[in-house]
Amino acid sequence: MRRVYMDHSATTPVRPEVVEVMLNCLTEKFGNPSSLHYFGRQGRGALDEAREKVANAIGAKLEEIVFTSGGTEADNMAIHGVAMLNQNRGNHIITSAVEHHAVLNTVKALGKQGFTVTILPVDKYGMVSVEDLANAITDKTILITIMHANNEVGTVQPIKEMAALAKARGILFHTDAVQSMGKIPVNVDELGVDLLTISGHKIYGPKGVGALYIRKGTRWRQSLFHGGAQERLRRAGTENVPGIVALGKACELAVQELDTEAVRLTGIRDKLIQEVMEKIADVRLTGHPTKRLPNHASFCFEFIEGESMLLSMDMKGIAASSGSACTSGSLEPSHVLLAMGIPHELAHGSIRLTLGRDNMMEDVDYFIKNMVPIVERLRAMSPLNPDSEFDFEENCADCKISSSCHL
Amino acid sequence: MYTDKVMDHFENPRNVGEIADADGVGLVGNPTCGDIMKIYLKIDNDVITDIKFKTFGCGAAIATSSMVTEMAKGKTLDEAMRLSNQSVAEALDGLPPQKMHCSNLAADALHAAIDNYREQQK
Repeated sequence: MRRVYMDHSATTPVRPEVVEVMLNCLTEKFGNPSSLHYFGRQGRGALDEAREKVANAIGAKLEEIVFTSGGTEADNMAIHGVAMLNQNRGNHIITSAVEHHAVLNTVKALGKQGFTVTILPVDKYGMVSVEDLANAITDKTILITIMHANNEVGTVQPIKEMAALAKARGILFHTDAVQSMGKIPVNVDELGVDLLTISGHKIYGPKGVGALYIRKGTRWRQSLFHGGAQERLRRAGTENVPGIVALGKACELAVQELDTEAVRLTGIRDKLIQEVMEKIADVRLTGHPTKRLPNHASFCFEFIEGESMLLSMDMKGIAASSGSACTSGSLEPSHVLLAMGIPHELAHGSIRLTLGRDNMMEDVDYFIKNMVPIVERLRAMSPLNPDSEFDFEENCADCKISSSCHL
Repeated sequence: MYTDKVMDHFENPRNVGEIADADGVGLVGNPTCGDIMKIYLKIDNDVITDIKFKTFGCGAAIATSSMVTEMAKGKTLDEAMRLSNQSVAEALDGLPPQKMHCSNLAADALHAAIDNYREQQK
């Protein structure tokens, strides 16, 4: 069966070039970078080289990069470390309603430990307003953490403007750039951020490795891990040299190919969006129509549910994802879609298609050819339609499944 | 994550549709929760002679709806009232734990349809 992978925001295959350098560090350059001997020096050399590649990719200095076990750890480390060290200056942290859980839940956890948290709303495109941010800042604000690009709807936030605002008020700014890295330019000076998170497996590197950029002089301190003096006392534990080297290579390649790949993917994405909107009725595009990642298309299909669509697509070899409750492992549809004001019933019908290196224009035709009958079949089974006039409020089973249920 | 039986009922659902002159109609769930099931019954002499369903929901919701129609067809109303969500899930060789509550409402929809019929008979 033909397989069309359209879930690159979930994860990506590791590129052969990356596997090659990684393998070399598993077998030959296996030394512990902290060891004095030849093997250790080889490991150290590989680590230094990787750090240079990652730093170059985002316009940072070598000593500003700390390797982590992935995006989640980098987000936790960034937020917690700033909060702990700046408690004497203030206790207010600002974030947005559409953050990844790695940020949102870290900030919320601090909210239970004496910090005050502001979660900024977003507009219908999932965009945070710079004005809202300006109004939310108080003299107690120590940290603002807002993602560069959203994983579920692809909307790119005005980080430059928001970071400038933070800087003018002496507030530290962190951004989670896990989704934007390799898809749009990510440069720490152009963005003006103090801390920035990236992850390996979203850019054709392996899982289990990421990096945190910490601008030189930033009031941040490692506050989560206790252990050895690795990463200049900023991240204890023997370095994941194969993963780190792979991250370095992946970053290098991502930046090299960014311009051409972004243009190519934008072309495929635009055709995908256009075809879906033309060939299927009662579909809405989610996220910003233009200020979105070049590889990202996301929709809500009315009257049908996301998991049913994913299962049906999988039977045709198409891999995608959904923000439906039924696919999240929780009973709530995506917090991102709800924050955008999308009603529960529509959020349950969300589908995210994220393109990558392996996708071609023909994949759009294959997708449309298969998706049209899938939607038709599920809609024929659905009791919902444009004319359905069920009195749902009366029929509500009072199930209390959903804490945010608006009935 | 789903059993072969669940996938079979999802791919080839039995008794999908509506019955225009149904004797009983049951509706449970809520689009807000992500699941809604509607069951239509044709009843003759206290026996379910025809049954159709329409469901908005995940794979488990569609499969349980399909299964309950298969299990209920030909049964007396009292027998059908004894079918439980649990027995529907068991007939499908089980459902993932997180689906047991949210998407396992098919027997409830069947019971609602029988209640609806009995109400009209009063």
